[in-house]
Amino acid sequence: MRKILIIGATSAIAEAAARIFATRGDALFLVARNAEHLRAVVADLNIRGAARTDSATLEVTDFAAHDAVIEKAERDLGGIDIALIAHGTLSDQARCEQSVDVMRREFDINALSTLALLTALANRMEARRSGTLAVISSVAGDRGRQSNYVYGAAKAAVSTFLGGLRQRLAKANVNVLTIKPGFVDTPMTAAIPDKGALWAQPEQIAAGIVKAIDRGRNIVYLPWFWRWIMLVIRHIPEPIFKRVKL
Amino acid sequence: MPAPGASWGRYPSATQHIIPLHWRDAELPAAAGTLLAYGNGRSYGDSCLNDGGTLLHTRGLNRFIGFDPATGTLRCEAGVLFSDILAFAVPRGWFLPVVPGTRYITVGGAIANDVHGKNHHRAGTFGEHVRCFEILRSDDSRLVCSREVNADLFAATVGGLGLTGVITWAELTLKAIPGPLMATETLRFGNLAEFFALSAQSEQEHEYTVAWIDCGGSGKTFGRGLFIRANHSPATQSIAPPLRLRMPFTPPLSLINRISLRALNAAYFHGSRQGRAVTRYEPYFFPLDAVADWNRIYGPRGFLQYQCVVAPAHAESAVAELLQRIAASGTGSFLAVLKVFSDRRAAGILSFPRAGTTLALDFPNRGAATLALLEQLDDTVVAAGGAVYPAKDARLKGARFRRYFPQWEQMLPHVDPRFSSGFWRRVMET
Repeated sequence: MRKILIIGATSAIAEAAARIFATRGDALFLVARNAEHLRAVVADLNIRGAARTDSATLEVTDFAAHDAVIEKAERDLGGIDIALIAHGTLSDQARCEQSVDVMRREFDINALSTLALLTALANRMEARRSGTLAVISSVAGDRGRQSNYVYGAAKAAVSTFLGGLRQRLAKANVNVLTIKPGFVDTPMTAAIPDKGALWAQPEQIAAGIVKAIDRGRNIVYLPWFWRWIMLVIRHIPEPIFKRVKL
Repeated sequence: MPAPGASWGRYPSATQHIIPLHWRDAELPAAAGTLLAYGNGRSYGDSCLNDGGTLLHTRGLNRFIGFDPATGTLRCEAGVLFSDILAFAVPRGWFLPVVPGTRYITVGGAIANDVHGKNHHRAGTFGEHVRCFEILRSDDSRLVCSREVNADLFAATVGGLGLTGVITWAELTLKAIPGPLMATETLRFGNLAEFFALSAQSEQEHEYTVAWIDCGGSGKTFGRGLFIRANHSPATQSIAPPLRLRMPFTPPLSLINRISLRALNAAYFHGSRQGRAVTRYEPYFFPLDAVADWNRIYGPRGFLQYQCVVAPAHAESAVAELLQRIAASGTGSFLAVLKVFSDRRAAGILSFPRAGTTLALDFPNRGAATLALLEQLDDTVVAAGGAVYPAKDARLKGARFRRYFPQWEQMLPHVDPRFSSGFWRRVMET
């Protein structure tokens, strides 16, 4: 039995991952915004076999509340073996371009709140000299594109931060996993019509995340083919890239 | 998984606005036109389609809500798949009370089509084992329905083809089993009379009975087939769950055609092992689930399934006439399934199962020729006091539908004014 903290636990990918953990009999602590949704997920995981499931509500941009929630998770679980950070919003790029407030808010949710949570969790795991930090970043963070560069920049910040954290915590026996999903068919992306062949289901991504955690991986693209797609995209020279529509 | 907004037969095609549902406490989303809940797309024709309207995808409603390990009572959201329930329940010694030929259906879909299985003679339809459910209507009301409370809406929703609103959750009773294995017995029969004798003789001792019949038989082989009967087995040997293959692409033409059919049917008849065996439950109940996307084998034009029931008094002659009409048309069906229903009264107003013998057939879509054949089969079914299964249908005309379901008018007060389907418009407007 492992003790697992999940932040953004009512997101489709996190919920699917939590089901895999629950089926294995792990103990879970779920954090999300909506208490009603949390209740539904907690009941489901307990039936599926979780050793226990506790929860707390949190607005991730309420930075002052982070510590208390992590404290409670640690207390209820009796220590945290794995923390999966999965919250996020798909930024409305057009609105971010028109409003600095909207842009900053998106950055708070998708970057700064994650970095703050990681800072607190990293120090605890470093002190205990064990644990896994698994964080959902995105392929969007691999290169800025006109269609979603605010979201992409926030995810780039997360990926880069995790790179540094991984080096720092390697000495302390703490594994840091950067998860880069491609297009996933979830409520977050429900507004996007015409989902083509590149789209994956949240259950597929969740299975990939659990496998990567089990194997102590560093960076994982999900599904795997995104590693090669992003390799190509990252290597398109800027003079050409600025003229393509992506 | 079928493309979102398609049905399993891949015929007819429809264009719909698709809205996924994720939380059972959420209100119905704002949407233009008519609405219809869509589960996992395993209905064959257009009862799960809503051309020009909106489909509410329910697969995101996939949480368990409560389970009582003492009684086997399970409450879950309506988008939970039978495969999920079985994966959860079988290791704990429970099984679904009724399962159809695929486990990739949702609980909501099982209720809306009041599905049946190989144990109809013992357990009736799925609706018999549903204790209650919640219906979300377009006026944002939520009604919990059972045999005691909102009993009329309960009867209209069981087998009600999704027309009464969205089922958000349901509570059902699982049944205790000794383990994941099945003790099966496969017997050949040479003609229809032998089938009926075997069926009558097997029902006492066997919880599950079904037969496969060779549609290509003629003369001395007319009406031959394989009868398969089974019970849950307490055996404890370890058998690995089956691997899943996938039909990776849609061939440009149907691979099921006149020539391949005769060979496939003969090979199946002669190649199947007779006698007793012990297997896991999956290959026994869900042999076709072993090949994901098997419906692609029928090519881009898709296929039509025809499932009918004929009354007991005419069963043997009517089944013979159906097989003769199929043979005369020069087509055939690889997956011809025959089963005797009991006279248990189903829970729904539009439930399909009733006393008699049911025959299910798959036909590659060859356009007008196929539609003409199915019209002819309807002639036999009408004369034999039977009915056609809406969940499988893509072409039935309204006059025939009303004949098959004479109580159809009882549905009308319960149909939600915002809900509709391709099937419903067809049988109401033609």
